[in-house]
Amino acid sequence: MITDIGTVLWKEMKELLMLQQAGNKGLLRGPISLIILVGVFGIWMPWQMGQGWVESPATLLYWAWVPLFLVSSVVAQAFAGERERHTLETLLATRLSDRAILLGKVAAAMAYGWGLTLVSLLVGLVTVNILHGQGRLLLFPAQIGIGILVFSFLTSLLAASIGVLISLRAATVRQAYQTMSLAIMILLFGGIYGLRALPPEIVAPLMARLSTEATTIGLIAALILAVLNGIMLSLAMLRFQRARLILD
Amino acid sequence: MDAIAIRTENLTRDFPTVRAVDGLTLTVPKGIIFGFLGPNGSGKTTTIRLLLGLLEPTAGRAEVLGYDVAHQADAVRSRSGALLEHDGLYERLSALDNLEFYGRIWRLPLPERRARIQELLTHFGLWERRKELAGTWSRGMKQKLAIARAMLHRPELLFLDEPTSGLDPIAAAALREDIRALASREGVTVFLTTHNLAEAEKLCGQVGVIRQGKLLAVGHPDALRAQAGSPRMEIVGQGLNETLLALVRARPEVAAAHLHNGRLVVDLHTADDAAALVRLLVSEGVAIEEVRKGAASLEEVFMTLMQEEQ
Repeated sequence: MITDIGTVLWKEMKELLMLQQAGNKGLLRGPISLIILVGVFGIWMPWQMGQGWVESPATLLYWAWVPLFLVSSVVAQAFAGERERHTLETLLATRLSDRAILLGKVAAAMAYGWGLTLVSLLVGLVTVNILHGQGRLLLFPAQIGIGILVFSFLTSLLAASIGVLISLRAATVRQAYQTMSLAIMILLFGGIYGLRALPPEIVAPLMARLSTEATTIGLIAALILAVLNGIMLSLAMLRFQRARLILD
Repeated sequence: MDAIAIRTENLTRDFPTVRAVDGLTLTVPKGIIFGFLGPNGSGKTTTIRLLLGLLEPTAGRAEVLGYDVAHQADAVRSRSGALLEHDGLYERLSALDNLEFYGRIWRLPLPERRARIQELLTHFGLWERRKELAGTWSRGMKQKLAIARAMLHRPELLFLDEPTSGLDPIAAAALREDIRALASREGVTVFLTTHNLAEAEKLCGQVGVIRQGKLLAVGHPDALRAQAGSPRMEIVGQGLNETLLALVRARPEVAAAHLHNGRLVVDLHTADDAAALVRLLVSEGVAIEEVRKGAASLEEVFMTLMQEEQ
Protein backbone atom coordinates (compact mmCIF):
# COMPACT_ATOMS: atom_id res chain seq x y z
CA MET A 1 0.00 0.00 0.00
CA ILE A 2 2.77 2.46 0.97
CA THR A 3 4.65 1.59 -2.23
CA ASP A 4 1.50 2.18 -4.29
CA ILE A 5 0.87 5.53 -2.58
CA GLY A 6 4.48 6.39 -3.38
CA THR A 7 3.91 5.46 -7.03
CA VAL A 8 0.90 7.76 -7.34
CA LEU A 9 2.81 10.49 -5.48
CA TRP A 10 5.74 10.09 -7.90
CA LYS A 11 3.49 10.54 -10.93
CA GLU A 12 1.60 13.47 -9.42
CA MET A 13 4.80 15.34 -8.56
CA LYS A 14 6.21 14.68 -12.04
CA GLU A 15 3.02 16.03 -13.62
CA LEU A 16 2.97 18.99 -11.29
CA LEU A 17 6.54 19.91 -12.15
CA MET A 18 5.87 19.41 -15.86
CA LEU A 19 2.78 21.59 -15.52
CA GLN A 20 4.95 24.30 -13.99
CA GLN A 21 7.43 23.98 -16.85
CA ALA A 22 4.88 23.72 -19.63
CA GLY A 23 2.76 26.70 -18.64
CA ASN A 24 5.39 29.35 -19.20
CA LYS A 25 3.15 31.83 -20.98
CA GLY A 26 1.94 33.81 -17.98
CA LEU A 27 3.98 35.61 -15.34
CA LEU A 28 2.79 33.36 -12.54
CA ARG A 29 3.43 30.16 -14.46
CA GLY A 30 6.53 28.16 -15.01
CA PRO A 31 9.28 27.42 -12.44
CA ILE A 32 9.31 31.14 -11.78
CA SER A 33 6.00 30.78 -9.92
CA LEU A 34 7.70 28.59 -7.30
CA ILE A 35 10.41 31.22 -6.83
CA ILE A 36 7.77 33.95 -6.54
CA LEU A 37 5.86 31.96 -3.92
CA VAL A 38 8.97 31.35 -1.83
CA GLY A 39 9.94 35.00 -2.39
CA VAL A 40 6.61 36.27 -1.04
CA PHE A 41 6.27 33.88 1.90
CA GLY A 42 9.94 33.45 2.70
CA ILE A 43 11.47 36.88 1.95
CA TRP A 44 8.95 39.67 1.53
CA MET A 45 6.69 38.80 4.47
CA PRO A 46 9.47 38.30 7.09
CA TRP A 47 11.19 41.42 5.76
CA GLN A 48 7.97 43.41 6.35
CA MET A 49 7.14 41.86 9.72
CA GLY A 50 10.60 42.06 11.23
CA GLN A 51 11.21 40.38 14.61
CA GLY A 52 7.47 39.84 15.03
CA TRP A 53 7.71 37.26 12.30
CA VAL A 54 9.38 34.87 14.73
CA GLU A 55 8.10 36.17 18.06
CA SER A 56 4.41 36.98 17.56
CA PRO A 57 1.87 34.16 18.21
CA ALA A 58 -0.06 35.61 15.23
CA THR A 59 2.58 34.01 13.03
CA LEU A 60 0.86 30.70 13.79
CA LEU A 61 -2.23 31.85 11.91
CA TYR A 62 -0.08 32.98 9.03
CA TRP A 63 1.66 29.59 8.69
CA ALA A 64 -1.63 27.79 9.03
CA TRP A 65 -2.99 29.81 6.09
CA VAL A 66 0.01 29.48 3.73
CA PRO A 67 -0.33 25.70 3.09
CA LEU A 68 -4.10 26.11 2.78
CA PHE A 69 -3.47 28.54 -0.06
CA LEU A 70 -0.73 26.46 -1.68
CA VAL A 71 -2.54 23.12 -1.51
CA SER A 72 -5.78 24.55 -2.81
CA SER A 73 -3.95 25.87 -5.88
CA VAL A 74 -3.02 22.35 -7.04
CA VAL A 75 -5.41 19.85 -5.46
CA ALA A 76 -8.26 20.63 -7.87
CA GLN A 77 -6.26 18.76 -10.50
CA ALA A 78 -6.38 15.50 -8.52
CA PHE A 79 -9.33 13.63 -9.99
CA ALA A 80 -11.00 16.34 -12.06
CA GLY A 81 -7.75 16.70 -14.01
CA GLU A 82 -7.54 12.96 -14.66
CA ARG A 83 -11.20 12.96 -15.71
CA GLU A 84 -10.78 15.99 -17.96
CA ARG A 85 -7.72 14.55 -19.67
CA HIS A 86 -9.30 11.08 -20.02
CA THR A 87 -6.63 9.29 -17.98
CA LEU A 88 -8.81 8.32 -15.03
CA GLU A 89 -10.42 5.19 -16.45
CA THR A 90 -7.07 3.69 -17.48
CA LEU A 91 -5.73 4.37 -13.99
CA LEU A 92 -8.79 2.73 -12.44
CA ALA A 93 -8.28 -0.32 -14.68
CA THR A 94 -4.97 -1.11 -12.95
CA ARG A 95 -4.22 -3.16 -9.86
CA LEU A 96 -4.00 -0.04 -7.66
CA SER A 97 -6.41 -0.09 -4.74
CA ASP A 98 -8.91 2.72 -4.17
CA ARG A 99 -7.06 3.81 -1.04
CA ALA A 100 -3.66 3.90 -2.72
CA ILE A 101 -4.96 6.15 -5.49
CA LEU A 102 -6.81 8.45 -3.10
CA LEU A 103 -4.04 8.72 -0.52
CA GLY A 104 -1.44 9.14 -3.26
CA LYS A 105 -3.36 12.17 -4.52
CA VAL A 106 -3.67 13.60 -0.99
CA ALA A 107 0.03 12.98 -0.36
CA ALA A 108 1.00 14.74 -3.59
CA ALA A 109 -1.04 17.85 -2.80
CA MET A 110 0.47 17.89 0.69
CA ALA A 111 4.00 17.30 -0.56
CA TYR A 112 3.63 20.39 -2.74
CA GLY A 113 1.78 22.63 -0.27
CA TRP A 114 3.43 21.63 2.98
CA GLY A 115 6.82 21.14 1.33
CA LEU A 116 6.77 24.64 -0.13
CA THR A 117 5.60 25.97 3.24
CA LEU A 118 8.59 24.40 5.01
CA VAL A 119 10.97 25.74 2.38
CA SER A 120 9.44 29.22 2.79
CA LEU A 121 9.73 28.87 6.56
CA LEU A 122 13.45 28.11 6.37
CA VAL A 123 14.09 30.85 3.81
CA GLY A 124 12.11 33.22 6.06
CA LEU A 125 14.32 32.40 9.04
CA VAL A 126 17.41 33.21 7.01
CA THR A 127 15.80 36.42 5.72
CA VAL A 128 14.69 37.69 9.13
CA ASN A 129 18.10 36.98 10.62
CA ILE A 130 19.92 38.77 7.82
CA LEU A 131 17.60 41.82 7.76
CA HIS A 132 16.54 42.11 11.40
CA GLY A 133 18.94 39.94 13.40
CA GLN A 134 21.28 42.76 14.47
CA GLY A 135 23.89 40.23 15.46
CA ARG A 136 21.45 37.99 17.36
CA LEU A 137 20.15 34.63 16.22
CA LEU A 138 16.38 34.97 15.77
CA LEU A 139 14.51 31.68 16.13
CA PHE A 140 10.91 30.72 16.77
CA PRO A 141 10.21 30.04 20.44
CA ALA A 142 9.80 26.26 20.88
CA GLN A 143 6.01 26.39 21.35
CA ILE A 144 5.49 28.57 18.29
CA GLY A 145 7.90 26.50 16.21
CA ILE A 146 6.14 23.24 17.07
CA GLY A 147 2.77 24.94 16.62
CA ILE A 148 3.75 26.10 13.13
CA LEU A 149 4.81 22.59 12.10
CA VAL A 150 1.68 20.97 13.54
CA PHE A 151 -0.84 23.54 12.28
CA SER A 152 0.71 23.87 8.82
CA PHE A 153 0.63 20.08 8.53
CA LEU A 154 -2.98 19.84 9.68
CA THR A 155 -4.26 22.67 7.50
CA SER A 156 -2.45 21.32 4.45
CA LEU A 157 -4.00 17.90 5.13
CA LEU A 158 -7.39 19.57 5.56
CA ALA A 159 -7.05 21.46 2.28
CA ALA A 160 -5.86 18.29 0.52
CA SER A 161 -8.75 16.19 1.89
CA ILE A 162 -11.41 18.78 1.05
CA GLY A 163 -9.79 19.37 -2.34
CA VAL A 164 -9.70 15.67 -3.23
CA LEU A 165 -13.30 15.28 -2.10
CA ILE A 166 -14.36 18.20 -4.29
CA SER A 167 -12.20 16.99 -7.17
CA LEU A 168 -13.84 13.56 -7.01
CA ARG A 169 -17.20 15.13 -7.74
CA ALA A 170 -16.19 17.86 -10.17
CA ALA A 171 -16.54 17.40 -13.90
CA THR A 172 -13.71 19.77 -14.77
CA VAL A 173 -10.63 21.24 -13.12
CA ARG A 174 -12.16 24.70 -13.39
CA GLN A 175 -15.27 23.60 -11.55
CA ALA A 176 -13.17 21.90 -8.86
CA TYR A 177 -10.96 24.97 -8.48
CA GLN A 178 -13.94 27.32 -8.17
CA THR A 179 -15.65 25.14 -5.56
CA MET A 180 -12.36 24.77 -3.68
CA SER A 181 -11.79 28.55 -3.68
CA LEU A 182 -15.31 29.08 -2.39
CA ALA A 183 -14.80 26.54 0.40
CA ILE A 184 -11.53 28.19 1.46
CA MET A 185 -13.10 31.65 1.38
CA ILE A 186 -16.01 30.49 3.52
CA LEU A 187 -13.55 28.91 5.94
CA LEU A 188 -11.35 32.02 6.18
CA PHE A 189 -13.90 34.82 6.07
CA GLY A 190 -16.33 32.81 8.16
CA GLY A 191 -13.69 32.67 10.89
CA ILE A 192 -12.69 36.31 10.61
CA TYR A 193 -16.21 37.76 10.42
CA GLY A 194 -17.52 35.27 12.97
CA LEU A 195 -14.92 36.52 15.46
CA ARG A 196 -15.75 40.14 14.63
CA ALA A 197 -19.44 39.52 15.09
CA LEU A 198 -18.93 38.40 18.66
CA PRO A 199 -19.64 41.07 21.31
CA PRO A 200 -16.53 42.61 22.97
CA GLU A 201 -17.46 41.14 26.38
CA ILE A 202 -16.95 37.67 24.89
CA VAL A 203 -13.95 38.49 22.72
CA ALA A 204 -11.94 40.21 25.47
CA PRO A 205 -11.89 37.26 27.91
CA LEU A 206 -11.25 34.94 24.94
CA MET A 207 -8.18 36.92 23.96
CA ALA A 208 -7.04 37.03 27.56
CA ARG A 209 -7.37 33.27 27.82
CA LEU A 210 -5.60 32.89 24.48
CA SER A 211 -2.54 34.65 25.91
CA THR A 212 -2.58 32.76 29.22
CA GLU A 213 -3.74 29.33 28.03
CA ALA A 214 -2.30 29.35 24.53
CA THR A 215 -0.97 25.79 24.76
CA THR A 216 -4.29 24.30 25.87
CA ILE A 217 -6.25 26.22 23.26
CA GLY A 218 -3.68 25.27 20.62
CA LEU A 219 -3.99 21.61 21.53
CA ILE A 220 -7.79 21.76 21.35
CA ALA A 221 -7.62 23.52 17.98
CA ALA A 222 -5.17 20.90 16.71
CA LEU A 223 -7.45 18.13 17.92
CA ILE A 224 -10.47 19.70 16.21
CA LEU A 225 -8.46 20.01 12.97
CA ALA A 226 -7.30 16.39 13.24
CA VAL A 227 -10.88 15.18 13.71
CA LEU A 228 -12.02 17.33 10.78
CA ASN A 229 -9.25 15.80 8.67
CA GLY A 230 -10.36 12.31 9.64
CA ILE A 231 -13.95 13.10 8.67
CA MET A 232 -12.96 14.61 5.33
CA LEU A 233 -10.66 11.70 4.45
CA SER A 234 -13.36 9.19 5.41
CA LEU A 235 -15.89 11.03 3.26
CA ALA A 236 -13.47 10.99 0.33
CA MET A 237 -12.90 7.23 0.82
CA LEU A 238 -16.65 6.64 0.87
CA ARG A 239 -17.08 8.72 -2.25
CA PHE A 240 -14.33 6.87 -4.08
CA GLN A 241 -16.18 4.17 -6.02
CA ARG A 242 -14.77 3.07 -9.34
CA ALA A 243 -18.17 2.69 -11.01
CA ARG A 244 -19.35 6.14 -9.93
CA LEU A 245 -16.09 7.79 -10.95
CA ILE A 246 -16.38 6.37 -14.45
CA LEU A 247 -20.00 7.32 -14.93
CA ASP A 248 -19.74 10.83 -13.46
CA MET B 1 -5.91 -25.51 -16.03
CA ASP B 2 -8.98 -23.70 -17.34
CA ALA B 3 -8.63 -22.95 -21.04
CA ILE B 4 -11.30 -20.26 -20.88
CA ALA B 5 -10.24 -16.61 -20.58
CA ILE B 6 -13.69 -15.03 -20.37
CA ARG B 7 -17.03 -16.55 -19.52
CA THR B 8 -20.20 -14.50 -19.11
CA GLU B 9 -23.67 -15.68 -18.26
CA ASN B 10 -26.64 -13.50 -18.98
CA LEU B 11 -24.54 -10.39 -18.29
CA THR B 12 -26.76 -7.34 -18.28
CA ARG B 13 -26.15 -3.68 -17.57
CA ASP B 14 -28.87 -1.05 -17.48
CA PHE B 15 -28.42 2.70 -17.52
CA PRO B 16 -31.30 5.06 -16.70
CA THR B 17 -32.47 5.31 -20.31
CA VAL B 18 -30.93 2.33 -22.04
CA ARG B 19 -29.99 -1.34 -21.59
CA ALA B 20 -26.36 -1.23 -22.72
CA VAL B 21 -25.63 -4.95 -22.38
CA ASP B 22 -28.52 -7.36 -22.67
CA GLY B 23 -28.15 -10.93 -21.43
CA LEU B 24 -24.68 -11.48 -22.84
CA THR B 25 -23.59 -15.11 -22.67
CA LEU B 26 -20.17 -15.59 -24.14
CA THR B 27 -17.10 -17.81 -23.86
CA VAL B 28 -13.67 -16.70 -25.03
CA PRO B 29 -10.93 -19.33 -25.09
CA LYS B 30 -7.41 -18.48 -23.96
CA GLY B 31 -4.68 -17.60 -26.43
CA ILE B 32 -6.76 -16.14 -29.25
CA ILE B 33 -7.56 -12.67 -30.55
CA PHE B 34 -11.29 -12.34 -30.02
CA GLY B 35 -13.04 -9.62 -31.99
CA PHE B 36 -16.11 -8.03 -30.49
CA LEU B 37 -17.89 -6.46 -33.42
CA GLY B 38 -20.66 -3.97 -33.32
CA PRO B 39 -21.76 -0.54 -34.46
CA ASN B 40 -21.17 2.52 -32.28
CA GLY B 41 -23.24 2.42 -29.10
CA SER B 42 -23.83 -1.32 -29.30
CA GLY B 43 -22.41 -2.04 -25.83
CA LYS B 44 -18.82 -3.00 -26.63
CA THR B 45 -17.17 -0.53 -24.26
CA THR B 46 -19.66 -1.25 -21.48
CA THR B 47 -18.85 -4.95 -21.84
CA ILE B 48 -15.14 -4.25 -21.34
CA ARG B 49 -15.93 -2.10 -18.29
CA LEU B 50 -18.02 -4.91 -16.85
CA LEU B 51 -15.30 -7.48 -17.50
CA LEU B 52 -12.71 -5.29 -15.77
CA GLY B 53 -14.98 -4.71 -12.78
CA LEU B 54 -15.15 -0.98 -13.49
CA LEU B 55 -18.94 -1.21 -13.65
CA GLU B 56 -21.26 -3.49 -11.74
CA PRO B 57 -23.68 -5.59 -13.74
CA THR B 58 -27.41 -5.15 -13.26
CA ALA B 59 -27.82 -8.91 -13.67
CA GLY B 60 -25.82 -11.95 -14.66
CA ARG B 61 -22.20 -12.77 -13.94
CA ALA B 62 -18.79 -12.72 -15.53
CA GLU B 63 -15.70 -14.79 -14.90
CA VAL B 64 -12.38 -13.55 -16.23
CA LEU B 65 -9.25 -15.73 -16.05
CA GLY B 66 -11.10 -17.89 -13.57
CA TYR B 67 -12.00 -15.01 -11.24
CA ASP B 68 -15.52 -13.89 -10.47
CA VAL B 69 -15.52 -10.23 -11.52
CA ALA B 70 -18.13 -9.25 -8.93
CA HIS B 71 -15.93 -10.33 -6.01
CA GLN B 72 -12.40 -10.59 -7.40
CA ALA B 73 -12.11 -7.60 -9.72
CA ASP B 74 -8.70 -6.73 -8.24
CA ALA B 75 -7.35 -10.13 -9.30
CA VAL B 76 -8.77 -9.63 -12.79
CA ARG B 77 -7.23 -6.16 -13.12
CA SER B 78 -3.89 -7.44 -11.82
CA ARG B 79 -3.69 -9.94 -14.65
CA SER B 80 -5.10 -7.79 -17.43
CA GLY B 81 -3.90 -4.92 -19.53
CA ALA B 82 -6.20 -2.40 -21.14
CA LEU B 83 -6.32 0.17 -23.86
CA LEU B 84 -9.73 1.70 -23.28
CA GLU B 85 -11.88 4.19 -25.17
CA HIS B 86 -9.24 6.91 -24.66
CA ASP B 87 -5.52 6.20 -24.79
CA GLY B 88 -5.18 7.30 -21.14
CA LEU B 89 -1.69 8.72 -21.63
CA TYR B 90 -0.36 11.51 -19.45
CA GLU B 91 0.37 14.03 -22.15
CA ARG B 92 2.54 16.24 -19.96
CA LEU B 93 4.85 13.33 -19.23
CA SER B 94 7.37 11.81 -21.59
CA ALA B 95 6.71 8.43 -23.19
CA LEU B 96 9.32 6.97 -20.89
CA ASP B 97 7.70 8.44 -17.77
CA ASN B 98 4.29 7.14 -18.85
CA LEU B 99 5.68 3.61 -19.02
CA GLU B 100 7.80 4.13 -15.90
CA PHE B 101 4.66 5.05 -13.94
CA TYR B 102 2.75 1.98 -15.07
CA GLY B 103 5.83 -0.20 -14.56
CA ARG B 104 5.87 0.98 -10.94
CA ILE B 105 2.13 0.34 -10.64
CA TRP B 106 2.69 -3.26 -11.76
CA ARG B 107 5.62 -3.51 -9.34
CA LEU B 108 8.12 -4.56 -11.97
CA PRO B 109 11.62 -4.59 -10.45
CA LEU B 110 13.80 -1.79 -11.79
CA PRO B 111 16.09 -3.81 -14.11
CA GLU B 112 13.12 -5.75 -15.53
CA ARG B 113 11.12 -2.54 -15.88
CA ARG B 114 13.89 -0.81 -17.82
CA ALA B 115 14.48 -3.82 -20.07
CA ARG B 116 10.78 -4.32 -20.76
CA ILE B 117 10.22 -0.64 -21.58
CA GLN B 118 13.15 -0.71 -24.00
CA GLU B 119 11.91 -3.95 -25.57
CA LEU B 120 8.40 -2.64 -26.17
CA LEU B 121 9.39 0.83 -27.34
CA THR B 122 11.91 -0.71 -29.71
CA HIS B 123 9.26 -3.10 -31.02
CA PHE B 124 6.99 -0.17 -31.81
CA GLY B 125 9.82 1.96 -33.21
CA LEU B 126 9.47 4.57 -30.47
CA TRP B 127 12.67 4.06 -28.46
CA GLU B 128 14.55 6.96 -30.04
CA ARG B 129 11.71 9.33 -29.12
CA ARG B 130 11.14 8.08 -25.59
CA LYS B 131 12.03 11.39 -23.93
CA GLU B 132 9.51 13.42 -25.90
CA LEU B 133 6.24 14.48 -24.27
CA ALA B 134 3.46 12.05 -25.16
CA GLY B 135 1.18 15.01 -25.88
CA THR B 136 3.30 16.07 -28.84
CA TRP B 137 2.94 12.72 -30.61
CA SER B 138 0.63 11.74 -33.46
CA ARG B 139 -2.45 9.66 -32.72
CA GLY B 140 -0.84 6.56 -34.20
CA MET B 141 2.24 6.89 -32.00
CA LYS B 142 0.07 7.46 -28.94
CA GLN B 143 -1.94 4.32 -29.67
CA LYS B 144 1.29 2.33 -29.97
CA LEU B 145 2.53 3.76 -26.70
CA ALA B 146 -0.79 2.95 -25.03
CA ILE B 147 -0.58 -0.65 -26.25
CA ALA B 148 3.00 -0.86 -24.98
CA ARG B 149 1.72 0.38 -21.62
CA ALA B 150 -1.04 -2.23 -21.60
CA MET B 151 1.45 -5.02 -22.40
CA LEU B 152 4.14 -3.81 -20.00
CA HIS B 153 3.50 -6.31 -17.22
CA ARG B 154 2.96 -9.25 -19.58
CA PRO B 155 -0.75 -9.59 -18.83
CA GLU B 156 -2.57 -12.83 -19.52
CA LEU B 157 -5.45 -10.91 -21.06
CA LEU B 158 -5.41 -7.71 -23.06
CA PHE B 159 -8.48 -5.54 -23.63
CA LEU B 160 -8.23 -3.29 -26.67
CA ASP B 161 -11.16 -0.96 -27.24
CA GLU B 162 -11.12 0.09 -30.89
CA PRO B 163 -7.32 0.36 -31.03
CA THR B 164 -7.14 1.60 -34.63
CA SER B 165 -10.01 4.07 -34.34
CA GLY B 166 -9.05 7.46 -35.74
CA LEU B 167 -5.87 6.24 -37.42
CA ASP B 168 -5.14 6.64 -41.11
CA PRO B 169 -5.20 3.37 -43.11
CA ILE B 170 -1.41 2.97 -43.17
CA ALA B 171 -1.01 3.58 -39.43
CA ALA B 172 -3.97 1.29 -38.73
CA ALA B 173 -2.47 -1.52 -40.80
CA ALA B 174 0.89 -1.11 -39.07
CA LEU B 175 -0.74 -1.17 -35.65
CA ARG B 176 -2.75 -4.28 -36.54
CA GLU B 177 0.46 -6.01 -37.56
CA ASP B 178 2.08 -4.95 -34.28
CA ILE B 179 -0.84 -6.30 -32.28
CA ARG B 180 -0.79 -9.57 -34.15
CA ALA B 181 2.98 -9.99 -33.73
CA LEU B 182 2.91 -9.12 -30.02
CA ALA B 183 -0.07 -11.32 -29.27
CA SER B 184 1.51 -14.26 -31.04
CA ARG B 185 4.94 -13.73 -29.45
CA GLU B 186 3.65 -13.29 -25.91
CA GLY B 187 0.77 -15.76 -26.08
CA VAL B 188 -1.65 -13.24 -24.65
CA THR B 189 -5.42 -13.49 -25.07
CA VAL B 190 -6.74 -10.34 -26.74
CA PHE B 191 -10.32 -9.10 -26.41
CA LEU B 192 -10.58 -6.51 -29.14
CA THR B 193 -13.61 -4.40 -29.88
CA THR B 194 -14.02 -2.86 -33.28
CA HIS B 195 -16.57 -1.71 -35.78
CA ASN B 196 -14.03 -2.28 -38.54
CA LEU B 197 -14.94 -5.59 -40.15
CA ALA B 198 -11.80 -5.86 -42.24
CA GLU B 199 -9.80 -5.50 -39.05
CA ALA B 200 -11.69 -8.30 -37.36
CA GLU B 201 -11.32 -10.47 -40.43
CA LYS B 202 -7.57 -9.96 -40.56
CA LEU B 203 -6.81 -10.23 -36.85
CA CYS B 204 -9.32 -12.39 -35.06
CA GLY B 205 -9.50 -16.11 -34.52
CA GLN B 206 -13.05 -15.69 -33.26
CA VAL B 207 -15.58 -12.92 -33.46
CA GLY B 208 -18.76 -12.04 -31.65
CA VAL B 209 -21.30 -9.69 -33.18
CA ILE B 210 -23.22 -7.42 -30.80
CA ARG B 211 -26.04 -5.00 -31.47
CA GLN B 212 -28.00 -2.99 -28.91
CA GLY B 213 -26.34 -5.01 -26.18
CA LYS B 214 -27.38 -8.38 -27.57
CA LEU B 215 -24.98 -10.96 -28.90
CA LEU B 216 -26.18 -11.90 -32.38
CA ALA B 217 -23.57 -14.46 -33.39
CA VAL B 218 -20.23 -15.82 -32.32
CA GLY B 219 -17.63 -18.04 -33.99
CA HIS B 220 -14.69 -18.19 -36.36
CA PRO B 221 -15.04 -15.64 -39.20
CA ASP B 222 -15.11 -18.49 -41.76
CA ALA B 223 -17.81 -20.30 -39.83
CA LEU B 224 -19.87 -17.13 -39.61
CA ARG B 225 -19.47 -16.54 -43.31
CA ALA B 226 -20.56 -20.08 -44.09
CA GLN B 227 -23.43 -19.84 -41.64
CA ALA B 228 -24.71 -16.51 -42.89
CA GLY B 229 -24.45 -16.78 -46.65
CA SER B 230 -24.73 -19.40 -49.39
CA PRO B 231 -21.66 -20.14 -51.56
CA ARG B 232 -21.17 -17.39 -54.07
CA MET B 233 -19.80 -17.48 -57.59
CA GLU B 234 -18.69 -14.51 -59.63
CA ILE B 235 -18.21 -14.90 -63.41
CA VAL B 236 -16.41 -12.43 -65.64
CA GLY B 237 -16.67 -12.85 -69.38
CA GLN B 238 -18.17 -11.80 -72.72
CA GLY B 239 -21.77 -12.49 -73.66
CA LEU B 240 -23.41 -12.12 -70.25
CA ASN B 241 -26.90 -10.61 -70.72
CA GLU B 242 -30.43 -10.54 -69.35
CA THR B 243 -31.57 -13.54 -71.41
CA LEU B 244 -28.75 -15.60 -69.99
CA LEU B 245 -29.52 -14.29 -66.51
CA ALA B 246 -33.09 -15.58 -66.81
CA LEU B 247 -31.72 -18.98 -67.83
CA VAL B 248 -29.38 -19.09 -64.87
CA ARG B 249 -32.12 -18.05 -62.43
CA ALA B 250 -34.26 -20.94 -63.68
CA ARG B 251 -31.65 -23.52 -62.66
CA PRO B 252 -32.52 -25.49 -59.51
CA GLU B 253 -29.01 -25.16 -57.98
CA VAL B 254 -29.21 -21.35 -58.14
CA ALA B 255 -30.55 -19.49 -55.13
CA ALA B 256 -30.20 -16.03 -56.65
CA ALA B 257 -28.38 -14.30 -59.49
CA HIS B 258 -27.80 -10.80 -60.76
CA LEU B 259 -25.60 -8.84 -63.12
CA HIS B 260 -23.24 -6.36 -61.50
CA ASN B 261 -20.83 -4.19 -63.51
CA GLY B 262 -20.93 -6.66 -66.38
CA ARG B 263 -20.29 -9.60 -64.06
CA LEU B 264 -22.65 -12.42 -63.26
CA VAL B 265 -22.99 -12.92 -59.49
CA VAL B 266 -24.66 -16.19 -58.52
CA ASP B 267 -25.60 -17.49 -55.05
CA LEU B 268 -25.67 -21.29 -55.08
CA HIS B 269 -27.42 -23.71 -52.77
CA THR B 270 -24.22 -25.76 -52.36
CA ALA B 271 -20.61 -25.21 -53.38
CA ASP B 272 -20.69 -28.38 -55.51
CA ASP B 273 -23.10 -26.85 -58.01
CA ALA B 274 -20.56 -24.57 -59.67
CA ALA B 275 -19.28 -26.89 -62.43
CA ALA B 276 -22.70 -27.53 -63.95
CA LEU B 277 -23.39 -23.84 -64.14
CA VAL B 278 -20.08 -23.11 -65.86
CA ARG B 279 -20.88 -25.83 -68.41
CA LEU B 280 -24.24 -24.20 -69.11
CA LEU B 281 -22.69 -20.77 -69.66
CA VAL B 282 -20.06 -22.15 -72.05
CA SER B 283 -22.72 -24.05 -74.00
CA GLU B 284 -24.70 -20.79 -74.32
CA GLY B 285 -21.68 -19.13 -75.92
CA VAL B 286 -20.31 -17.10 -73.06
CA ALA B 287 -16.56 -16.46 -73.36
CA ILE B 288 -15.60 -16.94 -69.71
CA GLU B 289 -12.50 -15.04 -68.64
CA GLU B 290 -12.58 -15.66 -64.90
CA VAL B 291 -14.62 -17.60 -62.33
CA ARG B 292 -14.33 -16.74 -58.62
CA LYS B 293 -15.87 -18.80 -55.86
CA GLY B 294 -16.18 -17.76 -52.24
CA ALA B 295 -18.36 -17.19 -49.24
CA ALA B 296 -19.88 -13.88 -48.22
CA SER B 297 -17.43 -11.41 -46.68
CA LEU B 298 -17.60 -10.74 -42.95
CA GLU B 299 -19.08 -7.38 -43.84
CA GLU B 300 -21.96 -9.09 -45.60
CA VAL B 301 -22.40 -11.43 -42.65
CA PHE B 302 -22.46 -8.45 -40.36
CA MET B 303 -24.97 -6.57 -42.48
CA THR B 304 -27.18 -9.67 -42.72
CA LEU B 305 -27.12 -10.10 -38.96
CA MET B 306 -27.95 -6.44 -38.44
CA GLN B 307 -30.86 -6.62 -40.89
CA GLU B 308 -32.19 -9.81 -39.32
CA GLU B 309 -32.09 -8.20 -35.89
CA GLN B 310 -33.91 -5.10 -37.15
